[in-house]
Amino acid sequence: MTRRRVKRVRNGSFELRIPTPERDLLRSLGPQVRAALTNRGEADGAVERLFPVAYPTDEDRQTEYRLLVHDELLESHLGALSVLEETADAGRLTQDQLSSWMRAVNEIRLVLGTTLGVTEDGDERPVDAREPRYDAFVVYDYLAYLQGEIIDALSAAEDFT
Amino acid sequence: MTTTAPVEVKEPEIEEVVVPDRPWIVIVWNDPINLMSYVTFVLQKLFGFSLEKATKLMLDVHEKGRAVVSSGAREKAELDVFRLHEHGLWATMEHDS
Repeated sequence: MTRRRVKRVRNGSFELRIPTPERDLLRSLGPQVRAALTNRGEADGAVERLFPVAYPTDEDRQTEYRLLVHDELLESHLGALSVLEETADAGRLTQDQLSSWMRAVNEIRLVLGTTLGVTEDGDERPVDAREPRYDAFVVYDYLAYLQGEIIDALSAAEDFT
Repeated sequence: MTTTAPVEVKEPEIEEVVVPDRPWIVIVWNDPINLMSYVTFVLQKLFGFSLEKATKLMLDVHEKGRAVVSSGAREKAELDVFRLHEHGLWATMEHDS
């Protein structure tokens, strides 16, 4: 059994029991996605995944919508990454901070997964650990695991009707 | 389906149909990256759905490729799309047909 990485504790906060190498990894991934978000070119498909088209069949409305929300959406994505970067070494997080972690981890997964060309059936996965992309898939899978832990902890705390 | 004998109907003369508040629907599409548990959680968080309803919608997305998660006036639909995009879900909006 692996130890749970995120545990809800009394007073509504969350204890992070994440080993140092994993924290180092998270701390290094945040700025990479931040750089990709802020310095992106016209056709960066991986980062564009974070800015989906709202009106796929209406070019005029899509242009209008993008002008209206793009900067706010960018700020929102960057804000979540900032929380992850600033609290990468924290022992405890508030619920809001953990929600930001959840969004930041998802942003990293979306950019990494799009770059890796992840598909539903998983045929793109290298089987040989010597393949260059193998390590990236290890990171991708780790983030899925961590995301699962975060969702479990937040689900237990949220009081949905 | 019931069938009826053809009836001659006088075609109304319509030059332009303007429906002021035709509702919009917000659609979440399947993608290979977002976790099923994550999609369920986000739908609960953003729309206040029960676990049962959010799970059903998530399974529709996963198995049928898409699900309608909200509807309403254009401004509301745009806000819902924005909140879904904030959470990395692949959401679009269109007129209800």
